[in-house]
Amino acid sequence: MIYEVFRQERKGQAFQHAGSIEAADERFAEAYAREQYGRRGESVALWVVARESLLRIEDFVDELNRNYHRVDGYPLKEKLREARERAGTATNKGGQG
Amino acid sequence: MVSPVLRRVSVPARAELLLEIADDELILGWRDSEWTGIAPFLEEDVAFSSIAQNEIGHARALYELAARDLGTTADELAFDRKPEEYRCCELVELRLPEWERTIARHVLYEQADAERLERLKGSDDAEVAGLAAKIDREEAYHRLHAEMWHERLRNEPRYVEALEELRPLVDRRDGHTPELAPLWEEMTSVRRSQPAGTVW
Repeated sequence: MIYEVFRQERKGQAFQHAGSIEAADERFAEAYAREQYGRRGESVALWVVARESLLRIEDFVDELNRNYHRVDGYPLKEKLREARERAGTATNKGGQG
Repeated sequence: MVSPVLRRVSVPARAELLLEIADDELILGWRDSEWTGIAPFLEEDVAFSSIAQNEIGHARALYELAARDLGTTADELAFDRKPEEYRCCELVELRLPEWERTIARHVLYEQADAERLERLKGSDDAEVAGLAAKIDREEAYHRLHAEMWHERLRNEPRYVEALEELRPLVDRRDGHTPELAPLWEEMTSVRRSQPAGTVW
């Protein structure tokens, strides 16, 4: 069975995926995880989880191209420029209008 | 060059005891390291090599303590004695290319060693007790590993047979098997190739 190993570099930091190991059961997985990811004192903690226990999500739907959901989908600079053009005050700061 | 130290003086009791354990660990470490690259699967290759490395580290620490008692060096004790002068048990000398027999030896040795270390930790000699405690903390991982494999293989006929076959050899120390001499040849070949008068 494949187990995925995540390691935490320092307390408080996010766990990062470090690799995977093949082991017969959790007992072997722990032994091997300690051996391969803990022998040199490089992590303060490990998470070891069977790959089949992971819930994988890879399909995301965006049929209507709702770019405003995305961080990059609402270009403020662009919209500001369009508004200034409509108002005819592209460069006038304290002008009328 | 064979150190004449051990023939010149009667070996103090403490050094005798330390040599027994050191020799066990050195020879077993050597045998365990023979699995590097050819263990049943990759994870076990790493784990078993790591155990072998620990064992040789233990041997070194024990030799260094004994060396002070004997007025020699750890390297001389480890490599310059003749095979018949080693105090290791017969169990560790055997080359066991079948995984189930290697694991059986591992299990038997770790059990016996745990008992031995427990006795030493209670020693009046502070240095011996201290070193035994340090070694014991590393051995905890070896024991975990051995128990884990024992659980997995306990119903396998070949493994059960191997345990029975090897058990009597755990405490046999009054001689050596024919396997020790060739092991010693290989283990000391680099050392013996050092040109006379040079310092490495």
